[in-house]
Amino acid sequence: MRTFTLDDFRSAMRSTAGVDEQVDLDGDIADVELAALGYDSLAVLEAANHISRTWQVPIPDEVVLDLATPAAVVDFVGQQLERQRLSAAEA
Amino acid sequence: MATQQRPRETPVVTGIGVVAPTGLSIEEHWQAVLAGKSGIVPLDERCGPDYQVRLGGLVPGFDATAHLPGRLLPQTDRWTHLALYAAAQALDDAGVRPQDLPEYEMAVVTSSSSGGTEFGQREMQRLYSEGPSWVSAYQSIAWFYAATTGQISIRYGMRGPCDVLCCEQAGGLDAIGQARRLLRDGTRLVVTGGTDAAFSPYSLVAQLTNGQISRAERAEEAYLPFDERASGYLPGEGGAILVTEAAGTARARDAGDGYGAILGYAAGFDRSRHGRPPVLARVLRRALDDARCRAEQVDVVFADAVADPVQDRVEAEAITEVFGPRGVPVTAPKTLTGRLYGGGAALDVAGALMAMRDGVVPHVAAPVRMAPDYDIDLVLGEPRQRAVRTAVVIARGHGGFTAALVLGARAPEHG
Repeated sequence: MRTFTLDDFRSAMRSTAGVDEQVDLDGDIADVELAALGYDSLAVLEAANHISRTWQVPIPDEVVLDLATPAAVVDFVGQQLERQRLSAAEA
Repeated sequence: MATQQRPRETPVVTGIGVVAPTGLSIEEHWQAVLAGKSGIVPLDERCGPDYQVRLGGLVPGFDATAHLPGRLLPQTDRWTHLALYAAAQALDDAGVRPQDLPEYEMAVVTSSSSGGTEFGQREMQRLYSEGPSWVSAYQSIAWFYAATTGQISIRYGMRGPCDVLCCEQAGGLDAIGQARRLLRDGTRLVVTGGTDAAFSPYSLVAQLTNGQISRAERAEEAYLPFDERASGYLPGEGGAILVTEAAGTARARDAGDGYGAILGYAAGFDRSRHGRPPVLARVLRRALDDARCRAEQVDVVFADAVADPVQDRVEAEAITEVFGPRGVPVTAPKTLTGRLYGGGAALDVAGALMAMRDGVVPHVAAPVRMAPDYDIDLVLGEPRQRAVRTAVVIARGHGGFTAALVLGARAPEHG
């Protein structure tokens, strides 16, 4: 079963938007605001594009800007994966 | 009649950052210029397939990851990386801590000719080969001409009136001219100059349309300005970033007149195809008038030196018309770097300020046999020792851009 974890979020940020030198991305970041981690809306959009492509889950642009923390991203992607599993099981 | 200029408002250059094929600092560049050490190399795979341009001035050993924040790298083109690196040098050289100054009193004015074409090409390729969702969101802010100005402004919190000038090779002088306007209007500090890094296949192909790029295979013969064999120039990347302040501001913080003062500036536009005479001589006179400087006071002219037979003639004749037959030493260190487009004129300004500091006119370090009917004193063979108090830099951009800047070792005490 595919799950999207905080480490998957970390790796997506590293390979797209990069990491601010003042930020420890490996720390306890789940509930830290993305802005406080140095990520502006473009950075989040860039990462969301990447996650959407590699995990093959839709992340609509209007949702992206509401994702305020890493935990919110992990939850949303997790829900999307779960939804896909359910509709695959129904089919 | 120009407005009477208060001497305290004369802009001075207090910091220089260089990133060029000849070196990654002003000192390294300047020593290479005096030694005639070339930064021209065979083009590498970054420049794409065979466009019959064999040589160019590539910046060697520049590792952006070693110099720039990790967050900035994926957002920006190489041309912006080079400028951010040079801007950090320039501010450090000027002894300025931007965080200590009011953010709305600092501004950024850079010159750009190609924008982020390398970044843009990569994303266009993703668009056409993979689809829209593969295009980087940063394409929206990386490619366009003002990106470098914007990133410098954001990095240092410089929120005063910022600009970008897109005037091909003339842009470096036009940016400094705009910086001067801002300083006169009360901006405390302007980061100016420019860079370019136009070596991706897309950028190179765009340049080829001007028909002025040399296809020569041997570096020594590839870029020969004012030569009877002149057959075009070589492209290069990099440039210079300068910190400029009003003389009064610089003196108040014990920076004196820095490297020297921007005494005069003028710009014009050639539309020679329409039968009008070239504007260069008039632009030179206007810049000298603006500087309140007589032609015979000028100690060196840094020529634009495009190595196109028609354009070389226009430039040589204008210099002779304004300064008299062999009336002033003329040089062109850019044969060692290639033409840096948006970065070229700023690097020439840095070189002219070094010539003042060291009392030496660098030579044209190429085996130029000057065309016999050019009546200019082209400095060839080796640098010429002489006091340099006043220097003129000429820059001309493809399409008709024409600019001239007059530099002095000191700002005038009395307007």
